[in-house]
Amino acid sequence: MDVLKIATAGSVDDGKSTLIGRILYDTKSLTTDKLEAIEKTSKQKGYDYLDFSLATDGLVAEREQGITIDVAHIYFSTAKRSYIIADTPGHVEYTRNMVTGASTSQAAIILIDARKGVIEQTNRHFFINNLLRVKEVVVAINKMDLVDYSEETYNAIKADFEQLMSKRDYENQNITFIPVSALKGDNVVNKTDAMPWYNGGTILEHLEGLDLAAVSNAGTPRFPVQYVIRPKTDEFHDFRGFAGKVYGGELSVGDNVVALPSQTKSKIKEIYFNDEKFQTASRRSSVTITLEDEINVSRGDMLVKEGDLPTIDKQFTATISWMDSQKLAAGNKYVIQHGVNKVLAKVDRVHHRINPDYSGIDESIDALGMNDIAKVTFKLNKPIFFDAFKNHRTNGSFILIDSQSNNTVGAGFIQ
Amino acid sequence: MKDTSHVNALENEAIYIFREVAAQFEKPVLLFSGGKDSITLVRLAQKAFWPAKIPFPLMHIDTGHNFPETIEFRDRLVKELGLELIVRNVQDSIDQGKVKEESGRYSSRNSLQTTTLLDAIEEFKFDACIGGARRDEEKARAKERIFSVRDDFGQWDEKNQRPELFDMLNGQIELGQNVRVFPISNWTELDVWSYIEKEEIEIPSIYFAHKRKIFLRDGLIWSHSEFVYQEDDEEVIERMVRFRTVGDMSCTAAVFSDAADISSVVQEIRDSTISERGARIDDKRSEAAMEKRKQQGYF
Repeated sequence: MDVLKIATAGSVDDGKSTLIGRILYDTKSLTTDKLEAIEKTSKQKGYDYLDFSLATDGLVAEREQGITIDVAHIYFSTAKRSYIIADTPGHVEYTRNMVTGASTSQAAIILIDARKGVIEQTNRHFFINNLLRVKEVVVAINKMDLVDYSEETYNAIKADFEQLMSKRDYENQNITFIPVSALKGDNVVNKTDAMPWYNGGTILEHLEGLDLAAVSNAGTPRFPVQYVIRPKTDEFHDFRGFAGKVYGGELSVGDNVVALPSQTKSKIKEIYFNDEKFQTASRRSSVTITLEDEINVSRGDMLVKEGDLPTIDKQFTATISWMDSQKLAAGNKYVIQHGVNKVLAKVDRVHHRINPDYSGIDESIDALGMNDIAKVTFKLNKPIFFDAFKNHRTNGSFILIDSQSNNTVGAGFIQ
Repeated sequence: MKDTSHVNALENEAIYIFREVAAQFEKPVLLFSGGKDSITLVRLAQKAFWPAKIPFPLMHIDTGHNFPETIEFRDRLVKELGLELIVRNVQDSIDQGKVKEESGRYSSRNSLQTTTLLDAIEEFKFDACIGGARRDEEKARAKERIFSVRDDFGQWDEKNQRPELFDMLNGQIELGQNVRVFPISNWTELDVWSYIEKEEIEIPSIYFAHKRKIFLRDGLIWSHSEFVYQEDDEEVIERMVRFRTVGDMSCTAAVFSDAADISSVVQEIRDSTISERGARIDDKRSEAAMEKRKQQGYF
């Protein structure tokens, strides 16, 4: 099944929930009972239009305050593919939700209110999607109906955004501008007559046209071992299968592999998916691999192709997104979860904080607060096997866990 | 031999989650209701660990008001697959005076299950409870994590959830806490049905069109049964119906249907304009019904 994951980003009142509601409505994904509930509530509130944001704002606090405060997942499908939208809130204080949403997405929609143009938060939204190397970005310039569908306004906003693009780090990101009105339904799913000067497609047309293989970043194959399957039954007495998910590239029967950290060599004997044998395990498939030789491999170890080793080190520098109210400072200790592997880590040095509006760095700080993005060096109690995030989205990322609270307190992208 | 590229992205994700549960927790349990979602979970768990057996038991919190077809199906499945099944009864919680039976027109044992579940978690010291909830079912569930931490009282703190990045699932908890795990979080109702069709998974007969004694109330189709409160003026009629979702009899409404096999059910879901939980009487109580129940420790 073909699934495209999309993250949305926009500031308060940019109409993000309305846009999602509009997509659901125009793709006929809203069921009668949901639609009736929206109609009823819109009427109660005295609106003369349908408040589609009611379709997504799921928590009581959100409905009371009229804002979105946590990542919600929304599902719809077309004849072509299934879509999952991670609806992430746009407030300054909720950067962590945006990072979270972008981490699992292959595409992002950034909303801009045509009346306000590119604002400080737009910089942040673009910066985060660029930092997380989301391949496809749609810049939806919304509320065009409120600026008389003006081509000049659209072009001015586009030019401002292109200024930002010149400062980006991840240059292969594809960026598409679309003028829309979510409220009126212009250029969301259906084409509009209101903007004859715009020749491009609608948001949905654009998403439908994306090539899924091209939008999920490829790399070299990495196989982190999740679990060792040892049935110990009569029929499978000597079976030792290494269960895990294949990331970055393919693995095939007969490939010469190296197990990390032991660096023992072997060869792939069989690849199973359930009880079926396969010649090749493709990217993102959850398989079970057996090896020709009896070597010691356990959870947290990694199988890689011979001659294609990742960096093996007890120290690295990363860009991190800090997500906790307790500050991160040099000397603090955390658990680092890198894929399915866990190690103890100590903050060696906080180099600088990165201003998420692309305006530069701040070297004066030595501790990080909630929502800060910074360059940090960690020292580990044992080596991990990693790639740079720019080469491998999975093997170059990790999360930080506070061993007191057990909470996930940050995410990192290895340089 | 072929390559695995044709396999379903959602299936791969679910298998990955099952393996994380087995690796990260000491005492996981799969919450089994006999409904299509939990039956799908069993199939996915089998695939995740083959050729080994599923490394954790199933547990059913039985309201005592289940459809007999569901219970019969449950017992047969467990026997055929050689699985371990734990059953805990809401009736026992009532007899022990821990919960009070509801009365009146909309009485149901559905919300009473929470107490029985929390007691069972404590009794067996389960640290991970795997459930078949899906984010597309309901607005509050749309915000649920794949690994969702519950405190000593089984409560869900929706404003203080752990962020889940990339594929990384953080299952670290303190003693007394447990994690609710939702491997099919990202599946839609149609995804589940399509999977059941493709995998030829057997499901209880009440999911298919059958003749049943029913009565109508509030535009919903209620089963005529000793477990369902009924007014004298609510007339019993016999119609062809089926169930889209299976909870206990007092909280599950039927739909009129002639879909008697899996392919017609899939077609019916595809064409449907009513959401699945539109037939759940428990959600109709208020706009925030699900969120409130979840905070108290519901599935």
